[in-house]
Amino acid sequence: METKRTIFPSKGLPYLLVAPQLIITLIFFIWPASQAVKSSFERADPFGLSTQFVGLTHYLRLFQDPLYLASIGRTALFAAAVTIIAMGLGLILAAAVNRVVRTSQFYTTLMVWPYAVSPVVAGILWWFLFNSATGLLPFVLKYFGVVWNHNLNANQAMIFVVIAAAWKQISYNFLFFVAGMQSIPASLTEAAAIDGASPFKRFWTIVFPLLSPTTFFLFIVNVNYVMFDTFGIIAATTGGGPNQATNILVYKVYQDGFIGLNLGASSAQSVILMLFVIILTVVQFRFVERRVQY
Amino acid sequence: MVRLSIATGLTALAVALTSTTAFAQTEISWWHSMGGELGERVEQIAADFNASQSDYVVVPSYRGEYEESLVNTIAAFRAGEQPDIVQVYEVGTGTMMAAKGAVYPVYQLMADHGANFDPSAYLPVVTGYYTDTEGNMLSMPFNSSTPILYYNKTVFEKAGLDPNTPPKTWEDIEAFSKKILESGAASCGFTMGYAATWLGTENVSALHNVPYGTLENGFGGLGSELTFNHPIAVRLWEKLKEWQDNGVFSYGGPAGGPDTSPKFYAQDCAIMMNSSASRAGVLTNAKDFEVGFGMLPYFADVEGAPQNSIIGGATLWVLSGHTDEEYTGVAQFLNYLSSAEVQATFHQATGYLPVTTAAYELSQEQGYYEANPGADIAIRQINLNPPTENSKGVRFGNMPQIRTVLDEELQAVLNGSKSAQEALDSAVERGNAILREFEAANQ
Repeated sequence: METKRTIFPSKGLPYLLVAPQLIITLIFFIWPASQAVKSSFERADPFGLSTQFVGLTHYLRLFQDPLYLASIGRTALFAAAVTIIAMGLGLILAAAVNRVVRTSQFYTTLMVWPYAVSPVVAGILWWFLFNSATGLLPFVLKYFGVVWNHNLNANQAMIFVVIAAAWKQISYNFLFFVAGMQSIPASLTEAAAIDGASPFKRFWTIVFPLLSPTTFFLFIVNVNYVMFDTFGIIAATTGGGPNQATNILVYKVYQDGFIGLNLGASSAQSVILMLFVIILTVVQFRFVERRVQY
Repeated sequence: MVRLSIATGLTALAVALTSTTAFAQTEISWWHSMGGELGERVEQIAADFNASQSDYVVVPSYRGEYEESLVNTIAAFRAGEQPDIVQVYEVGTGTMMAAKGAVYPVYQLMADHGANFDPSAYLPVVTGYYTDTEGNMLSMPFNSSTPILYYNKTVFEKAGLDPNTPPKTWEDIEAFSKKILESGAASCGFTMGYAATWLGTENVSALHNVPYGTLENGFGGLGSELTFNHPIAVRLWEKLKEWQDNGVFSYGGPAGGPDTSPKFYAQDCAIMMNSSASRAGVLTNAKDFEVGFGMLPYFADVEGAPQNSIIGGATLWVLSGHTDEEYTGVAQFLNYLSSAEVQATFHQATGYLPVTTAAYELSQEQGYYEANPGADIAIRQINLNPPTENSKGVRFGNMPQIRTVLDEELQAVLNGSKSAQEALDSAVERGNAILREFEAANQ
């Protein structure tokens, strides 16, 4: 990538121009984040009437807590499942739209709808569909001999939240994949077609490799989505249950901090999550952005 | 339920935001968690009080479910924007009591601001739950309930059971349920809300008069330890697992059990144990069948059972940091709130307990219980016997977290990954760690 240099007439102007963004970042990100870091070293009562410095106690406890360690593993599984499903289906749908109805914006518009649904609402929709007492899907599954009860069955609960979380993200991936595919020159695939390459081979050897910048970008975005935005889905569907089977890291932050009012331990967990995002972002900028060309 | 109350909450909030205040009146903010019809009752109480005098305006506003409202209040307190009055659920009591600088104790408020307030007007079970170790009442009882048993008379009849005999013991529950299942009158015997917590451990301990924790169930101080892994709880949880597998019991989910009431309304389950405050909802939703009422079951062979059930629900806490003028208004309002008429109306409309003796007597005089059979089950159940150390309630800091632990452990029992004893032992161990954390934070 080329870097562009712009010469400003005075030294103050560039700072003035970035000031609004900087102020917003300071107030809405840096300041709260630093508060979280601060309170992760403290033990405080909920009302903040007494606070004591406890150093790394919360962090040490977290990594000795088998439930927290289990939650890390579970989050990894959840992230992998949601990312693979959401990206895989997004790619398949994009390929289908790209091939069959290249001109039709209609399907594209329809496909994007789920993205406009907020995570909580998406969660509630799926909660209705999967409700073991009144839901449609358990009713249908009964005919196939499947007793659906995600209130007790840990695997079913995981499948349930994976479906709900992936469903919402498919649209986003689809949109980017469609855009990515449209920027691939048709001449390449046409030439391959003349040489006798099958549609699958054309996709696999030409389109897919050329999509790699999009794929990398979406991978990072999806992992971020799974780690943070799925909170609303979990809250509206399983509430982390049964027996913590769907209690992923971000939901645990909420449970310990907001339900349990244990702000110190909860802050320590959010600091760890924050570090994770920072690492992910660095990876994105350092390696991915450098290697790919848009 | 959560979903319904979001909509009603927004409406309530909109109403609260748009209601204009007449000049020179002191405004008193009241945050509550009463959604739906209950929210309308709360609005009505405030409107009636506002109409009764011209110095103060009580402005109620819905702040989400109990957990959310408590968190909102804490955040508001930290920002110096706390309301005058906030409704906090019973499991938040330990947290509120420990927050000495944030709370203006009700007994002190009443003494300072001239309202003639008599704690002995309240039912002993209610005051017992909300007084400190010196016998001072720290918050104002408002909506208290206790779990009771609802049953489907129509299904009972179909199954060849006497529709006028509710099950009394767990043995009855099992026998009745099996008969219902065999006859095909319903596909499940019973379901219950708060299956691991309020009903499945707290009230089970109280009804059988066994301690839930040391130091008088936590009333005696922050150093208490949990003891709910006693043989009676183990016995019940083992039974629940067995019953879940053979259809006698159907689990309605964690916390209040979001699927509990639907299972009963849809006539899947013939019996439901749930809060007495569900009464209004049950009667509205039981369209195609007749509802009967009964007391919570107990194990017949346990001596002393049934002792008495314990309450749940919420009280009103007054927060510090406001002006004397506001507090005078708060005192007047709380006095108004505890009058027999207001309490009796609220009790009769909702199924919450009449929290004062006067309100109970007034309801009796009005002939309410004769006209509404079963409406007095709750109050008779909490008054079965004078409360003991084991049955006056539970008080632990971070209680919401302990309840979450219990929910998780019961789920582990029901899905077969742990035995009842293992799960309850593990819940005690995890719960004690939570209590020690609370103790350390509140020294």
